Amino acid sequence: MGWTGKILRIDLSKGTVKTEPLNMDWADKYLGQRGLASKYLVEEIDPKTDPLGPDNKVIFATGPLTGTCASTGGRYSVITKGPLTGAIACSNSGGYFGAEMKFAGWDMVIVEGAAAKPVYLTIFDDDVQIRDAGDIWGKSVWETDKWIKAAHQDPMIHVATIGVSGENAVLYSCVVNDLHRAAGRSGVGAVLGSKNLKAVAIRGTGGVSVKDPKEFLKATKAGKKVLKDNAVTGQGLPTYGTQVLMNVINEAGAMPTRNGRDVQFESAGDISAEAMAEPRRSDGHPNLLTNQACFGCTIACGRISKIDETHYTVQNKPEYWHASGGLEYEAAWALGSATGVKDLEALTYANFICNEQGLDPISFGATVGAAMELYEDGVITSETTGGIELKFGSAEALTRCVELTGKAEGFGKELGMGSARLTAKYGRPELSMTVKSQEFPAYDPRGIQGMGLTYATSNRGACHLRSYTVASEILGIPEKTDPLATEGKAGLVKAFQDATAAVDSSGLCVFTTFAWTLEDIAPQVDAACKGDWSVEKMLEVGERIWNMERIFNNKAGFTAKDDRLPERLMKDAAKTGPAKGLVATVDKMLPEYYDLRGWTSEGVPTNETLERLAV
Amino acid sequence: MLKALVIDPGKCTGCKQCEMACSLENEGVFNPSKSRIRVFDFHEDARFVPYTCTQCDEAWCQQACPVNAITTDAMGVKVVHDNLCVGCKVCTIACPFGTVNYNASTGKVIKCDLCGGEPACADACPTDAITYRDVEQSGYDKMKVWATRTSAGTESHGPNTPA
Amino acid sequence: MHHVILGAGPAGVTAAETLRKHAPDAQITLVSGEPEPPYSRMAIPYLLEGKIGEAGTHLRQTDGHYDAKRIAYKQGPVSKVDTSAKALTLNDGSTLAYDKLLIATGATPVRPPVSGLDLPGVHTCWTLDDARHIAELAKPGVPVVLVGAGFIGCIILEALAKMGVKLTVVEMGDRMVPRMLDEVAGNMLRRWCEEKGVKVVTGAVVESISPAGGAQPKPAPEAAAPTPEPKRPGFFARLFGAKSETAPAPAQATGFAEEAPGFAGAPENGLTVTLKDGQKLPAALVVVAAGVKSNIGFLDGSGIDTGRGVKVDAFHETSIKDVYAAGDVAEGINLSTGHNDMLAIQPVAVEHGYIAALNMCGVATRHRGSLNMNVLDTLGLISSSFGTWEGVEGGSRATMVDEKANRYIRLEFDGDRLIGAQCVGLTDHIGMLRGMIQTHLPLGKWKDKLMESPARIPEAYVAVVQSAPQVGPTGPKVALPA
Ligand SMILES: Cc1cc2nc3c(=O)[nH]c(=O)nc-3n(C[C@H](O)[C@H](O)[C@H](O)COP(=O)(O)OP(=O)(O)OC[C@H]3O[C@@H](n4cnc5c(N)ncnc54)[C@H](O)[C@@H]3O)c2cc1C
Ligand code: SF4
Repeated sequence: MGWTGKILRIDLSKGTVKTEPLNMDWADKYLGQRGLASKYLVEEIDPKTDPLGPDNKVIFATGPLTGTCASTGGRYSVITKGPLTGAIACSNSGGYFGAEMKFAGWDMVIVEGAAAKPVYLTIFDDDVQIRDAGDIWGKSVWETDKWIKAAHQDPMIHVATIGVSGENAVLYSCVVNDLHRAAGRSGVGAVLGSKNLKAVAIRGTGGVSVKDPKEFLKATKAGKKVLKDNAVTGQGLPTYGTQVLMNVINEAGAMPTRNGRDVQFESAGDISAEAMAEPRRSDGHPNLLTNQACFGCTIACGRISKIDETHYTVQNKPEYWHASGGLEYEAAWALGSATGVKDLEALTYANFICNEQGLDPISFGATVGAAMELYEDGVITSETTGGIELKFGSAEALTRCVELTGKAEGFGKELGMGSARLTAKYGRPELSMTVKSQEFPAYDPRGIQGMGLTYATSNRGACHLRSYTVASEILGIPEKTDPLATEGKAGLVKAFQDATAAVDSSGLCVFTTFAWTLEDIAPQVDAACKGDWSVEKMLEVGERIWNMERIFNNKAGFTAKDDRLPERLMKDAAKTGPAKGLVATVDKMLPEYYDLRGWTSEGVPTNETLERLAV
Repeated sequence: MLKALVIDPGKCTGCKQCEMACSLENEGVFNPSKSRIRVFDFHEDARFVPYTCTQCDEAWCQQACPVNAITTDAMGVKVVHDNLCVGCKVCTIACPFGTVNYNASTGKVIKCDLCGGEPACADACPTDAITYRDVEQSGYDKMKVWATRTSAGTESHGPNTPA
Repeated sequence: MHHVILGAGPAGVTAAETLRKHAPDAQITLVSGEPEPPYSRMAIPYLLEGKIGEAGTHLRQTDGHYDAKRIAYKQGPVSKVDTSAKALTLNDGSTLAYDKLLIATGATPVRPPVSGLDLPGVHTCWTLDDARHIAELAKPGVPVVLVGAGFIGCIILEALAKMGVKLTVVEMGDRMVPRMLDEVAGNMLRRWCEEKGVKVVTGAVVESISPAGGAQPKPAPEAAAPTPEPKRPGFFARLFGAKSETAPAPAQATGFAEEAPGFAGAPENGLTVTLKDGQKLPAALVVVAAGVKSNIGFLDGSGIDTGRGVKVDAFHETSIKDVYAAGDVAEGINLSTGHNDMLAIQPVAVEHGYIAALNMCGVATRHRGSLNMNVLDTLGLISSSFGTWEGVEGGSRATMVDEKANRYIRLEFDGDRLIGAQCVGLTDHIGMLRGMIQTHLPLGKWKDKLMESPARIPEAYVAVVQSAPQVGPTGPKVALPA
């Protein structure tokens, strides 16, 4: 109940498809999706394995609430060892693909080995086939989506695929489903590419049932009401999307700008939600057409935009004149603030290309920002860039870079390594705004101290979605804390991390937690799933997952030394805004955090902790 | 007064809560492929269109049924009687809106019956793209225009519409 | 005003009800040709399968339906029509006067020129009475030969197969349902049937049917006679039993069919069907479904103009004033061609009955034409066809075939309008094909999308019918606070 109880195991080396029952003992301990699939992964692969080698595995996993009427119950995750970081990777995506997987009858799809030739996978209910992808290898996400639907003559198929970037091991390439929803971070797309697996196409016609339909309806209905009545999930997100944050974070002086040189972007207003809704001078239409929900979502924060047809990026390219996924806050920040570019249409175009070719806009934009700094510092020249004048603020440079990186051509190949490898290659590693080689997103720890600890300890490399303390420090959810203070942040981060791990394992979207607490979520899980799912149990599951991920990373070679922020954040004080004069002070919070976690001062979970959590 | 589902595609976000609600109500599980309402996704035009039976006056399905397995109830709703339906599928080709579908697992057809007066889809729709209200005040005639154009005769009332 | 309706099939019953609705005071008499309550021929296959009882075939299900509507139900048949005296003669010699007459006497199966059609064990499958005979003989495991794999033949095929008989179907044409499906689809159906254990012989003509024994080269050994093989009937019944979608993999079913020709043990009155090419097929039952002809014999001398059926104008009136015709018996307008034509299908019979009745009671209603369309379930493989599926010169065609998945779509366009279609393995929203064809819906850019990808029919229909408002973008949609 909730779970379908069945998983698919695809061995691409042998070309075999097997089914097996879901391990229900594990399901009871790890719930689903992130937690449960990570459990399978850590049990089945060597933590030291080459992420792009055939011994790595990649798991597509749904949660027990995926494919139900719970609000946002449409999520799935891609779990693997990440090539960008070398750490455990779990990238979460919405759209309709995850729910379709449940309707096809599968909780998870585990992909092992590597195919000798490009293949794609079709999962039409019980009919699972590994098929020749000769015709789509080298094609974009959008072309692949279209091709698969036409080849199988079924417009109801949902496709998750990699773009050309994933085929070419761009280290932050993602898996894109439903054209513009992505399992975005840590380079999970490159893992598919390394396995010669272009795409997974799913069509499901079966049903998902829950333990107690009546209770479930009651609990989900109550949950929906909370979302509706909450200012952020009921009004802010649907109207402005996550872009609602652009001005807020900028004002808080926590917007990393021009590769972290600044903490405020003077042109934030030009690329904000408000700007997207404003009629353009050129054609009188706003950039934003409407919002779109993912499967089952009653918030509907997704942006659907259309680029000005006369804009230089698409002027003679009608193939980009349709509506598609528009700028979310992280993308607008990375493509805009991090590079100093303020041309909204150029950012939208870059975002389209990220979707079309399967690039994580956060890592891509941040890497371009780092490259721009290398260029301005004279470390690289237009010779290195193939003629691109890689100056901060240059929209042309940005859009050229995205085209090249999407196809892994020319200088795009270098950008495709990510900023850690790129800056290291040119002898300036301190210019990489990364933790565990993954670029941090749109919140500057100098202005939001809790995010420093979040980035430093995140199990998949720098990331906001592992413990979004911004909610508390800026928005006051569930209660307001001082963004500039460090006291109490260790506990805050831990609480957010554990709760988020549980939410990420349920099939729900973490954005619900702007309004929901586990008090809202647990009853929904409890009504759907076998067993007894209290708030306490959810928290325990979350903490268990966190420790399991940590152990994997430790075995993969990560130590406390890797729980650190880029030097710039620790040394160069914020120049403006409320945090002016401050640096990120993660060192102060780390020991307390380790202690709270029940880890040694080396950041290793103690035996006691492991026993307590039964990891 | 007759009530009807009033669908405003302009308000639809594509969340498919209606499909979930419908399949749970009618099938006891979440299964959009068995939902009586379907949301069409025109992503390139940024448009989502929920689509289901309008309980049209012509009752093409009812007319076509050889065994009287579809009847019109007092509320004007065209209801399939499972005990009578033989699964011949004639109604599925007769309905020019394509809103009667064959369910291979039961060997019978399924169509929207407004859940006996409390449509689950309207209840589940978070943005009021689907509402259930008095027909007079609705813009629902849009589809009925097409119904009339499909009419074999010139009159828009079918033989089985309640007198 | 006395309205008399000849024929209690769907056309007649619909007409009677429509008359009652629009002419509350008129006298209405419905005359039947068979000693049954008004029933639907279409339901016979489901009666044979056991899905319904005889009552389930009745056109109306509420008790006292006709009495309540003051529709007098009279036993026929009628043997003569005197249009000048406006009087009918019934088979029992009695007469009946009318003011307005509707001829809705339907059709009867044709009898192909084959010797032995009168032998016991040879039946058409057209009336309830036929059904009773067939039900008696079509026991699980017995060999049955079905002559004709047209639309109706195929429907009967499904019923017989589900009854568990060992079935061979003989079709004159080069494929199954030649008038409804093209080669690709017809062959898909054939392969499917064969995989399910039905033997299909196409391009074959039946020459004679004779009692087994004399004509049979070697009578079967006594022991093998009554039941061919103990386990088979059960297996076959299971195979095509209650739920067709649970049918086991084709491989399991094939062995059965291969043995069919060798079977020799038909019950007492076993038959042998001999084909033109000399092939002999044993049969305990022969079902003939070789086409139909209109029931117009009794109109001889009435002055009513007939061709293959009764000729009618756009108001469904015949050449004689106050006499109308509807249903299988009438040559109504074919929407696709604009010409008068016989479209012997249930929905058309209803349309005719409805329009004729409106005109009979003074609501002048011109018929714009009926669309030819069929849907067929052949052992779980569902096919359908609509309108001018052969296409027209100068038109364009979009097809998609997936032989492995048994899926096929063929669309025929004239300009940007759909004029015909056929599908195999597709059931969701197929009525939209009718909608598109019948409303001459201009598809615009969606035609190009359909040319590329015919499976997008439902999207195309909804997109065109529910086209976006011409005002600008709608902006974000936000849930209204409760
Ligand atoms: C086995 C079978 C399966 C079918 N399946 C389908 C299908 O799937 N889809 C589809 O669309 N169509 C199907 N049909 C065809 C469909 O049943 C006919 O098109 C439909 O019944 C025509 O209706 P009707 O009222 O014109 O004629 P009928 O239903 O034939 O009714 C004619 C009536 O007139 C009576 N009658 C005849 N002569 C006289 C007389 N001289 N005096 C008085 N009464 C007379 C008859 O007894 C009968 O009651 C099927 C037919 C059969 C036999
Ligand atoms: S499928 Fe059922 S409801 Fe539809 S026409 Fe046939 S018997 Fe009637």
